[in-house]
Amino acid sequence: MAKDHVSGPEDYEAMIEEVLDAYPDKARKRRAKHLTVSKPSDEEPDATTGIASKCDTQKSNIKSVPGVMTIRGCAYAGSKGVVWGPVKDMVHISHGPVGCGQYSWSQRRNYYIGKTGVDSFVTMQFTTDFQEKDIVFGGDKKLGKTIDEINELFPLSNGVTIQSECPIGLIGDDIEAVAREKKKETGKTMVPVRCEGFRGVSQSLGHHIANDAVRDWVFEQPESDAVKAYEPGPYDVNVIGDYNIGGDAWASRILLEEMGLNVVGNWSGDATLAEIERAPKARLNLIHCYRSMNYICRYMEEKYGIGWMEYNFFGPTQIAASLRAIAKNFDETIQENAEKVIAKYQPLVDEVIAKFRPRLEGKSVMLYVGGLRPRHVVTAYDDLGMVIAGTGYEFGHNDDYKRTGHYVKDGTLIYDDVTGYELEKFIEKIRPDLVGSGIKEKYPVQKMGIPFRQMHSWDYSGPYHGYDGFAIFARDMDLAINNPVWGLYGAPWESPAIAAE
Amino acid sequence: MSELRQIAFYGKGGIGKSTTSQNTLAALVEMGQKILIVGCDPKADSTRLILNSKAQDTVLHLAAEMGSVEDLELEDVLKVGFKDIKCVESGGPEPGVGCAGRGVITSINFLEENGAYDDVDYVSYDVLGDVVCGGFAMPIRENKAQEIYIVMSGEMMALYAANNIAKGILKYANSGGVRLGGLICNERQTDKELELAEAMAAKLGSQLIHFVPRDNIVQHAELRRQTVLQYAPDSAQANEYRQLAQKIHNNSGKGVIPTPITMEELEEMLMEFGIMQSEEERLAAIAASEGAVAG
Repeated sequence: MAKDHVSGPEDYEAMIEEVLDAYPDKARKRRAKHLTVSKPSDEEPDATTGIASKCDTQKSNIKSVPGVMTIRGCAYAGSKGVVWGPVKDMVHISHGPVGCGQYSWSQRRNYYIGKTGVDSFVTMQFTTDFQEKDIVFGGDKKLGKTIDEINELFPLSNGVTIQSECPIGLIGDDIEAVAREKKKETGKTMVPVRCEGFRGVSQSLGHHIANDAVRDWVFEQPESDAVKAYEPGPYDVNVIGDYNIGGDAWASRILLEEMGLNVVGNWSGDATLAEIERAPKARLNLIHCYRSMNYICRYMEEKYGIGWMEYNFFGPTQIAASLRAIAKNFDETIQENAEKVIAKYQPLVDEVIAKFRPRLEGKSVMLYVGGLRPRHVVTAYDDLGMVIAGTGYEFGHNDDYKRTGHYVKDGTLIYDDVTGYELEKFIEKIRPDLVGSGIKEKYPVQKMGIPFRQMHSWDYSGPYHGYDGFAIFARDMDLAINNPVWGLYGAPWESPAIAAE
Repeated sequence: MSELRQIAFYGKGGIGKSTTSQNTLAALVEMGQKILIVGCDPKADSTRLILNSKAQDTVLHLAAEMGSVEDLELEDVLKVGFKDIKCVESGGPEPGVGCAGRGVITSINFLEENGAYDDVDYVSYDVLGDVVCGGFAMPIRENKAQEIYIVMSGEMMALYAANNIAKGILKYANSGGVRLGGLICNERQTDKELELAEAMAAKLGSQLIHFVPRDNIVQHAELRRQTVLQYAPDSAQANEYRQLAQKIHNNSGKGVIPTPITMEELEEMLMEFGIMQSEEERLAAIAASEGAVAG
């Protein structure tokens, strides 16, 4: 079997066995099903990457093993933190005790344009702050009062979502009834979301529940004035599943607009409620994060006959391929425009690659991210000459692993819902030149002397989407890997010069 | 002062737990015992016969009014009734909202922390119907009640509930030291009721501590918001409760870890007593009746 990784143990299969040895039998058996090495595939190689491998042989989207440190989140994180939280002109109530809201305060760097506290509320925290009496007597009245207060204090808010924390489901509060009543009273959109944290095995179910809430409490409601006033055009598209982390959506939007398309909705980074309401009138849905928003796109296809397609704006190879694929859905003008856009940015791309590729060529990367980036960013690294040694999803499903086969070569280490212990061991044994994962992984990895970039939040940088984003991405990877600090990692008295004395 | 004894009355809803427990406790107080009743039913009717009035202010309603349970004083919720029996009602939400189980936990913690258990000989918990969740198991957890008395009758569902409660006791018996004190049969005049109650007690590894005969005087007293002990202290029924009180008093430390049975065993027992038909008997009966119709 061909091995494409550049460092670490030759035999990944044996390494997996060795790491699993630490577990008791039952846990070992269960975890073994999540760890694998991508295999050769008979399928046609992907047109863009030229790769076909088999990455979906292991289990995914099942319960984590009790006792391990999983890196996953919960359904509330999936709804409040991912899907609904970035919608800027609505107030999102963390309904329940104070902790969930407190620890998700400020959202996930979902940038937005607006006056916070006046017409935009993303980085603010609203909670019903449940006390003992609210558990015992139910919190519906308190929820109603909270919504009243929000309306009074923030009259420019266009609606409220109710993000359920665990106790809401346990005590059986009727938040739907409160939402209906308040909608009647205020005329504003109210969205109750049953995203109690104990539901499902990861944040993934929270995405699905949040998508369903869009369907039930936005789409299947009487048309709003914003929808009625809206006149659809032939080039209208929705960007679905771009959360505008560090400005990603803005760096993407300009490319689509330069192509002549009209981005009428961006879900849900920098989004308004009106963008969500009128989405069914667009020509095409462009999905970036497939995992978190494919559900509502499938629904729109079924109900409103809007097609959807996945695209990838990480790195020039994928951007160019995506722009051409998107343009194919439209007339020749758009298709010509796509070529013009690609040509326009080519000098920027050449410059970035000329500067950074020599500094990054051949460097190996291990990724562990959420549900999209473990595959989507791979070609961006490839554009810089870097090689993926291993990748895995916190909450990917089988269809994500299937798609991963178009991105990583056979012989790549694949780890699903990897545990803290396993990831640490894999990194220790492979010693890649860079690890890309989250805040919980950052400091242990750096203490191991290995460069690290946060790939959820872009490590307080970004955007990474689009051509502009690629320039920043390349610079950041260079900063991490070629930082002189790594040369100072060993103790000075152990350096050869001193040891020789 | 002798050591504090904590007991609890459990049983199927409507079986007469509150009536039986209040009459028994009224008899215990005649024996010179100082008693605190903790009502753990959201309906808050566990102390009505002792206080001669319904619905005293409950712990949870007052706590909700004042903000939190920390704002409450014991005097606000502790009421004194028949022969100085102290009464507290936990209270809880109206049906269909909130979490009554959490309410029980909150109230009992409040009572303990605020010294409601000082200077009494007996604490008695009266808990609603079935041990539906962890909250209603509170009195049998964490070294609260030492003995549980299950009020039951010869009816199938009462036996079923008794067995379920025994399962709850078993669960906490090893960790918390709770024991089954015995069964109290509240006569419903079903077939072979005494024998069945004794057999059930034996199956659970326990005893039928008392068979309380049915007497309309209980109803008369109850309509006047009184125990029989208060309404008709010289009646035969009052003496029944006195006997039960004496037996419970003497039963200190004699509780057992119950041996609950399976649903199948329970059904077999009912068949043995001829209360339930076996499948063959049922088919035979159907055939016979069909035969009769055909004939």
